[in-house]
Amino acid sequence: MTDKKDNRESYLQMFKQMVRIRAFEEQANQLYLSAKMPGLTHMYVGQEAVAVGICEALTPNDKITSTHRGHGHCVAKGADFKQMFCELLGKEEGYCRGKGGSMHIADQANGNLGANAIVGGSAGIATGAALSAKQLGSNEVSVCFFGDGALGQGLLYETMNMAALWKLPVIYACENNLYGEYTKVEEMAAGDLMARATGFGIESFEVDGQDVLAVNNLTQELVERARKGHGPFFILLNTYRYYGHHVGDINREYYRSKEEEMLWRKERDPITNFTQLLVEKKISTPEELKSIEREIETEAEEAVHYALDAAWPDASEVDMHVFASN
Amino acid sequence: MREITFGAAVNEAIAEEMRLDERIIVLGEDVAEAGTPFKVLSGLVEEFGTQRIIDTPISEPGFTGIAVGAAMTGLRPIVDLMFGDFLFLIMDQLCNQAAKTHYMSGGKLNVPMVLRTNMGATRRSAAQHSQSLHALVAHIPGLKVAMPSSAYEAKGLMKTAIRDNNPVVIFEDKLMYNDKAEVPEEEYLINFGEAEILHTGSDITLVATSSMVQQAEIAAKTLAKQNISAEVIDPRTISPLDETTIINSVKKTSHAIVIDEGHQNYGITAEIAARISEKAFYYLDAPVQRFGAMDVPVPFSPALEDLTVPTAQQIHERAISVLEGKI
Repeated sequence: MTDKKDNRESYLQMFKQMVRIRAFEEQANQLYLSAKMPGLTHMYVGQEAVAVGICEALTPNDKITSTHRGHGHCVAKGADFKQMFCELLGKEEGYCRGKGGSMHIADQANGNLGANAIVGGSAGIATGAALSAKQLGSNEVSVCFFGDGALGQGLLYETMNMAALWKLPVIYACENNLYGEYTKVEEMAAGDLMARATGFGIESFEVDGQDVLAVNNLTQELVERARKGHGPFFILLNTYRYYGHHVGDINREYYRSKEEEMLWRKERDPITNFTQLLVEKKISTPEELKSIEREIETEAEEAVHYALDAAWPDASEVDMHVFASN
Repeated sequence: MREITFGAAVNEAIAEEMRLDERIIVLGEDVAEAGTPFKVLSGLVEEFGTQRIIDTPISEPGFTGIAVGAAMTGLRPIVDLMFGDFLFLIMDQLCNQAAKTHYMSGGKLNVPMVLRTNMGATRRSAAQHSQSLHALVAHIPGLKVAMPSSAYEAKGLMKTAIRDNNPVVIFEDKLMYNDKAEVPEEEYLINFGEAEILHTGSDITLVATSSMVQQAEIAAKTLAKQNISAEVIDPRTISPLDETTIINSVKKTSHAIVIDEGHQNYGITAEIAARISEKAFYYLDAPVQRFGAMDVPVPFSPALEDLTVPTAQQIHERAISVLEGKI
């Protein structure tokens, strides 16, 4: 396999994007803890290599669909912090004018067709985007992000079946973070996870979701093949969410141990491990990487302040956009 | 003027629009060579090919979801849902996804898709192939709902639906597919939210949808023989609803019955009756009557099934009772 991301620029881009996701999420968590954010949110921290490894293999025109745990996909696909925080806080300048919130951020300019609050609910949308790509000859690929929890949803199997029948350019990216809400995956999914896709004749791959280069290399290859009409594909990405199901899920010991959490954070952290690799391979220096991190943290802080001060939508917005104009 | 069947009118509308716009596709179960069990889409695959007339597996939520995604990214899909009863299978994709996408995205994403399905009992098809479930979707903001009552309306409403930039659900009365009506050869559209006054009158207003329009017209003719002048209004779309035409009629007649084949409880009849009561109360000489299908699962036995759907005779009797102050 040719490693197309073997240059310094693209390695640093992947590092930056992972750091951006983490900085965004740490600020989002603080907004919740300080009671400045309406509602709840679901943290992507720990899974950064999945979103970044995949989205860095896509063009802005390629489509993704995302999940309730969707900030990572949104950032990785190129979204702007200010508009994202505005959306999380329900402000008019948000990506969806404050009408969607954390679980519905869509950024169609960058090909993000939206997060989805129904587990597995976007399997049809991603597959439909691939049908459009094939039908319109756009040569675009779509990626359907979903968690292990979505393996319990019938819609996924119906759409994978059709994608396979019609050879659609869609990649099903199953992020196995080991828990569906508060329950272990092995208590919810019988049998072999990969066999769910191979049963439809879909070529399937398993990859370490904490290794951004492994994810990116695999995805580049699959995207290229999907553009040639060899799709669909299924990727099982083994990963871990550091926080709970949502920000309010603080006491987690009844379903997973602190030791397990510490093990992933200490030994399998995608950013720490990639930092080491960048330094070892002399692609960058600890100082340079630290300064990138600080710059991004500052940008995130500024974006939060901007969003906190931003205007609420006017009351006249409430019944606007129920229907599109003709 | 030439007369064609309801089914042929639907077919013609889709074919005409597909010739004009290459982004339009049709997908559903047995839509291609089979042309659907009712043969409404026969011939389309021969003209447009299997790339645009797409047979799907029996996976209603899946192909509805695929249509939503395709609509969001540049195609204009027409989803064929073989029986209206299958709406229960696709509720998430239709009501949580298609209906809300434009709003939730702050107006950035559109879902220009048509879901054509059917309604109507008395076909001896029992409880899971006979329901009229339009009230379910009319309840959801973001969906438009059309209910043609003739071949003429079927064609005009379908063409308008295909050109709409929103998800539109069209309910066709499956017992009406072979009914003929005058349909002009030249192109026409029927605007959504514009009711049709099929029969003008001054004594009582009969608001009827889809399959109930014919029954209301028969009742109106019987009433006319007794020198009772009934006005028959067909809303044609229930979302949006042309409230003005209905209210103005009731202000004139002071009596109203609303007839619809959906279940009566919490149904379309209740909604329209409530609007009349809210906006024309002081003009009424009698309580507004709701007349929907019985609130029972549709039974199989003809002896029972026929009891569940309003008939022209019952509408006539109800009208007399209203006018004589017996209700």
